[in-house]
Amino acid sequence: MSIARSAPPINIRGIAKRFGSVPVLSDLNLDVAPGEFLTLLGPSGSGKTTLLMILAGFVRANAGSIGIGGEEVIAKPPHKRNIGMVFQNYALFPHMNVFHNIAFPLKQRRTPAAETAERVEKALDLVQLQGLADRRVDQLSGGQRQRVALARAIVFEPRIVLMDEPLSALDKGLREHMQIELRSLHRRLGMTTVYVTHDQREAITMSDRIAVMNKGRIEQLDRPETLYARPRTRFVAGFIGESNFIPVECRNDSVWYAAKRVYTASPLPSPGRHWLVVRPERVRLAANAEPDANANLLDATVRDVVYQGDSFICYATLADGQQIALRDYCRGDVLTLLPGAGQPVRLRIEPEDAILLADEI
Amino acid sequence: MSAAPADLPDRGGLNADVLSADARREALALLGLCSPGIVLVGIIIVLPIGWLFWLSLFDETGMLSGANYARVVEQASYVRTFITTFEVAFIVTGLCVLLGYPLAYMLSQLPRRAASICLIFVILPFWTSVLVRTYAWLVILQRKGLLNTWLMDLGVISQPLPLAHNFTGVLIGMTHILLPFLVLPLYASMKAIDADYLRAAMNLGAPPTATFWQIFFPLSLPGLAAGVVIVFILCLGFFVTPALMGGGKVIMWAMRMEQTTSLYSNWGAGSALGVVLLAVTLGLLGVFRWLLGARATSAWGAR
Repeated sequence: MSIARSAPPINIRGIAKRFGSVPVLSDLNLDVAPGEFLTLLGPSGSGKTTLLMILAGFVRANAGSIGIGGEEVIAKPPHKRNIGMVFQNYALFPHMNVFHNIAFPLKQRRTPAAETAERVEKALDLVQLQGLADRRVDQLSGGQRQRVALARAIVFEPRIVLMDEPLSALDKGLREHMQIELRSLHRRLGMTTVYVTHDQREAITMSDRIAVMNKGRIEQLDRPETLYARPRTRFVAGFIGESNFIPVECRNDSVWYAAKRVYTASPLPSPGRHWLVVRPERVRLAANAEPDANANLLDATVRDVVYQGDSFICYATLADGQQIALRDYCRGDVLTLLPGAGQPVRLRIEPEDAILLADEI
Repeated sequence: MSAAPADLPDRGGLNADVLSADARREALALLGLCSPGIVLVGIIIVLPIGWLFWLSLFDETGMLSGANYARVVEQASYVRTFITTFEVAFIVTGLCVLLGYPLAYMLSQLPRRAASICLIFVILPFWTSVLVRTYAWLVILQRKGLLNTWLMDLGVISQPLPLAHNFTGVLIGMTHILLPFLVLPLYASMKAIDADYLRAAMNLGAPPTATFWQIFFPLSLPGLAAGVVIVFILCLGFFVTPALMGGGKVIMWAMRMEQTTSLYSNWGAGSALGVVLLAVTLGLLGVFRWLLGARATSAWGAR
């Protein structure tokens, strides 16, 4: 089974969709590279599933264009699009066994019986379900159903595969296992994949690129590392990972927090109010004496320390009441050296970890 | 329910006697709660049927004999009635499926609001007496009824169509009255079909007709089976409509029972007819289950 040779790009232009008078997507543009694993990430109601439904052809857009490998498909019925899809609830046909479920797309394409059997066998191998062909769907576990749905979506060698939160019904351990498996399957088969999830960790684990969606728009489209290290909006910073938001002000060509100058590697923004965004694991405890002109040093009082096994979170309050969180791994004697609640600490933030974001309306 | 025998307390274990006393008490309490229902079922179902069966074993002279049953098999008129009854039941059920399936399908695909308005039109006849509805059909269909008058006035026909007081009339009346019994369970089962199954089928390359026949139709079968069974069983015992619409030419099983008991006051013979109908009905239900059971359970099992 090789899909890579012909994996096409997807070019989405100006997609708009309203349900009644409620706009769900507005002028949405997105390019998915050939063979890319792209994730649409966003909270519920952000329009990510609607976009997927428009791609699959189940929902008709009000305007826009979808090009697959240069061919316009916006008005093509779903059964002619040749796109594989894995549904959130798997949508395995309950009146067919595993074999007939996976053979369904081949049957529609009038594939000869011998070839069908062979390809179903291969697909079952690929998702490690050898020997389960005769099982009824209701005799399968959640993880097995997931694999059957996956096998069914790729058995007819579609050039594009869509996945709508395919792992959300699985428990945590299995979900993480399947993430790695899906990822390696994608690497092997190389089909252009659009994946929808609201789980930021899942998106970061699996994707080549992530499109963070909010209120029917794409807020930021970037590689996971960039998205995490350089969020461009407050929404993205809040949605991907944890963040401390500290209100700062830009005046006289420098950035100020209360009466303190803030050192940042971010380009200097326009004068006015901004947010300083720092990831909790980028905040460090500084030795009290440590003088350093280039780092940001903030005095705070420890409010609580929460032990989480592999790591701990220290919640502290800055002088003006601003809350700040610090996360570090529990290695060595870190925990015993940690100040208790109510004790003063000095926090250190390196300039390159201090991200400045515009104050959103 | 912890009163299952499987979890009876260990003999001789800690507090075993207290626990088993508690289990007994719970079982008794449950039995007590069920007793009104059990008594009711006994009084209105088991007792009358037992009595019916008892009556059927005695001939006119009050002697214990199988004469009543022998007559059902031997007399040609009984056999003819039997055949007519099943003929009507099969045709009416078939007509209900032909009319009801598309109707239920339409209802299930309509937006919620429109569907509930249309459903009212399906349920509305339920609130009208069967007698009234049958007479209404007579008014419409008889020789000088509405339909024939209109058609003749319009010049479509020169002779009135024989639509009432015959087999056709019985079919029209019964189909109308029994249609909701097919549509409602069918509609419920169609509503329960997840739209994602249909989406998945289309996504995998099935055109709309293939999606309907390979996915939607098989998944609607349990509801169809339920509706067919209800309609068919009701047909077998139907009295009012065939009696009025058949004009005495279509004698169904229930009408024969009425004649036997009220005209000839032969309770033994009437009871035997009842017992035979009951037995045949139960037998048919068994066959239905056997025929459709496997498919139906596999389609419902996943829910």
